[in-house]
Amino acid sequence: MSDEATIGLTELQQDAFTELVNIGVSRAAASLRQMIGTQVLLSVPSVEIVSRQAAARLIGEREAAPLVVVHQDFEGAFAGRALLIFPQENGRELVRAVAGEDLSPEEVAALEDEALAETGNIILNGCLATMANMLQRTLTMSLPGIVRGDGPRIFGMDAGEAAPGADALVLFLYIDFSVSERDIRGYLAMLMDLPSLENLRMLVDEFIARALGDLDA
Amino acid sequence: MLVMSQPPTAPTPVTVLVVDDSKLARAVAVRLLRQIRPDWVVREAANADEAVKAVAGGPVDVALLDFNMPGKDGLALAEELRAERPGMPIAVISANIQDEVIARARELEATFLAKPLTGDALAGFLSGATLRLRRSNTP
Repeated sequence: MSDEATIGLTELQQDAFTELVNIGVSRAAASLRQMIGTQVLLSVPSVEIVSRQAAARLIGEREAAPLVVVHQDFEGAFAGRALLIFPQENGRELVRAVAGEDLSPEEVAALEDEALAETGNIILNGCLATMANMLQRTLTMSLPGIVRGDGPRIFGMDAGEAAPGADALVLFLYIDFSVSERDIRGYLAMLMDLPSLENLRMLVDEFIARALGDLDA
Repeated sequence: MLVMSQPPTAPTPVTVLVVDDSKLARAVAVRLLRQIRPDWVVREAANADEAVKAVAGGPVDVALLDFNMPGKDGLALAEELRAERPGMPIAVISANIQDEVIARARELEATFLAKPLTGDALAGFLSGATLRLRRSNTP
């Protein structure tokens, strides 16, 4: 395993980080299951270092329909943005699953943003808090915000060519999820800029050392 | 403590198979296994296909399976192993504590262990597994 001074993570760091995310998302999915009463299915997370633009494209290519996103910024030992992304129609179905089957379309529309923000908050907070605990650091989370639009817009790049940082590299991780017996599917994604990736790398190394028993927990 | 030289009638050591796509997660499980059961033989597989090959190609008495893996997940693998090895102690390990996951593990007579795996939780499963193996080896 090379330890060269590139922006990348070593194989073991990437493995450990993916495992952290996996544990965080799995726990968050269990909380979502409590809210909606049916099983939440998860994919295996993938972690890549790409430009912000490429991250937007990755989601955009998979989803033609307009998207709705709940996002939360986090800062502390490392910083970035966590996003819960759904096709807009699926977002409404999720509101129904959380808030009640018998809601009229008008009621769903009235509740939609609030219910999405609350659901997103539980999932994103759950995932980030688990990761922070395992890394033994504190993260502070902003209040959830909601954005609608296509891939570039939800990744905050709707200013087009002039968008700041479109070429900047980010750590991009995403995981697909779906809800059994319901037409709900979406993505959980996390974007981290590279200065905080330096910190993260250090924390992941400590986490690996603890996991392998080289340090006292 | 055990006598170092084993009598000719000594039972063959227990072999445990650790299946996880994460190298780190496997390393953690192996480390805990070595602490709790230093005399057991540990084999590793990175996915369900490798695990099936490992079981077909050599002894496996106990299996520790991660749930969320690319390809076949740990519960599907548990089902396959259970069909072939009705009495084998199997644990499914996941942070995904959804009722359906735990219920499915129970249906397959597999123990559910929460991730991150702790020595205490693993020791409990291994004690049960040891008893079960001893019973099935007793004529």
